[in-house]
Amino acid sequence: MARIIVVTSGKGGVGKTTTSAAISMGLAKKGHKTVVIDFDVGLRNLDLIMGCERRVVYDIINVINGEATLNQALIKDKNCNLLSILPASQTRNKDALTLEGVEKILEELSKDFKYIVCDSPAGIETGAHLAMYFADDAFVVTNPEVSSVRDSDRMLGLLSSKSRRAERGEEPIKEYLLLSRYSPERVKSGEMLSLDDVQDILSLHLLGVIPESKSVLTSSNAGTPVILDEKSDAGQAYADIVARYLGETRPHRFIDEKSGFFRKLFGGK
Amino acid sequence: MTINSHSFPAVEFKSSTFSVPVLSIASNDLILIQQLLDEKIKLAPEFFKHSPVVVDLGEVNKKQLALDFEDLATVIRKTGLFTIGIRNSNEAQQAQAISLGIPVNTAPTSDVRVENRKPKPITAPADDEFVTNDSTTVTITKPIRSGQRIYSFGDLIVLAQVGAGAEILAEGNIHVYGTLRGRALAGVQGNTEARIFCSDLQAELISIAGNYKISDDIHGAVANTPVQIYLQKNTLVVKPII
Repeated sequence: MARIIVVTSGKGGVGKTTTSAAISMGLAKKGHKTVVIDFDVGLRNLDLIMGCERRVVYDIINVINGEATLNQALIKDKNCNLLSILPASQTRNKDALTLEGVEKILEELSKDFKYIVCDSPAGIETGAHLAMYFADDAFVVTNPEVSSVRDSDRMLGLLSSKSRRAERGEEPIKEYLLLSRYSPERVKSGEMLSLDDVQDILSLHLLGVIPESKSVLTSSNAGTPVILDEKSDAGQAYADIVARYLGETRPHRFIDEKSGFFRKLFGGK
Repeated sequence: MTINSHSFPAVEFKSSTFSVPVLSIASNDLILIQQLLDEKIKLAPEFFKHSPVVVDLGEVNKKQLALDFEDLATVIRKTGLFTIGIRNSNEAQQAQAISLGIPVNTAPTSDVRVENRKPKPITAPADDEFVTNDSTTVTITKPIRSGQRIYSFGDLIVLAQVGAGAEILAEGNIHVYGTLRGRALAGVQGNTEARIFCSDLQAELISIAGNYKISDDIHGAVANTPVQIYLQKNTLVVKPII
């Protein structure tokens, strides 16, 4: 059985798609057959970040409507053959997604793949609801600012009440915090919430802190997931996150300037 | 032209939910009950006019006071209220109610309810995040998130934080053993004796029996200190517990 991961946040622009691209690539690079699904029907960004926008023929809505098979719609990633992408439709709106349709797709993908990463759209409407409904794990992407934290809190509430696991009374969705666009300098100068401030409100299991980094934008524009840029701090942060998710113990980095510098000097002990 | 009577059903059963006030009786002194009811109704005569009520005899039966339901029903009727059901009643009272044409609710008091109408939205039966101590107390052990609402027919105990934008309501007392950032409303059915206890008060709103204070009116000095909130002459008092 595949493990279904939803990457969600409530608020837009916090790095859900960047995260989805990075962790799905990370999981595939670790040897797990992974598929990443773009649930942002109507906007379609994931294929751009994955650099496969020119190879999109069919999309998730075509599959739901029976106009294409799943295999026709899946795009094999050019960097890693264990990774596939199921793109969103740009010409439809979110109402074209149905619960039954999504369930059928996930069931079929579960037979073939080890991890299914669902890139949720912003907001708490149909698209976001369907992206998280069948999830086993939730990666809650949060920026260190109040409205993002508040929206994440709201999303966590929905995860614990409006998901299939909650409705069936099964073991709840495992929730993880990914704090993105973190800048220790700005935390120090009081412009940004600190990790402690965020955890004070959300009290979640921290999977990793992703530092604010130029490489995210460069990678996005180049159409390669940032995790492939092994030299960049954001790429390393995502690699840590994937490793931690898979059960490795790695010390947290990028939380304050000093420890980052320190570890660089001594190569992480 | 006659309407074809088969084109639409003349009778149809539908399921619907109503919010009905519950009148809890804790004494068998009918004169006293009538006095108190009259006083209450005088406060909002329009609201209570022909209002349906469900009579809860749990308290009076717990005290083992003999109460003749027929007499009580007459007293209630005199005040203009309609008794549409009884609950927590004993067999004799049930027989009387049936003979008066008043339905008897024998189901256990709907003790635990979470407002969004999911039977158990935040629980997996295996772990004890959602425990009922007795028939009316609700205990929550997981953080209450923004946008969530929890309702307790009795006391509410929260062993975690209550997020900003969350709302907790109880007909009895509220205890929060974490940071309270959302809204907390105790005594929502008018129990002025209800209190709110919390270990760190940063609430958006606190209310007891409809008397409320918003965060701006709660002095910041009490943050990080365990406090209790109670009603004194219709004013909310926020005081350290010890």
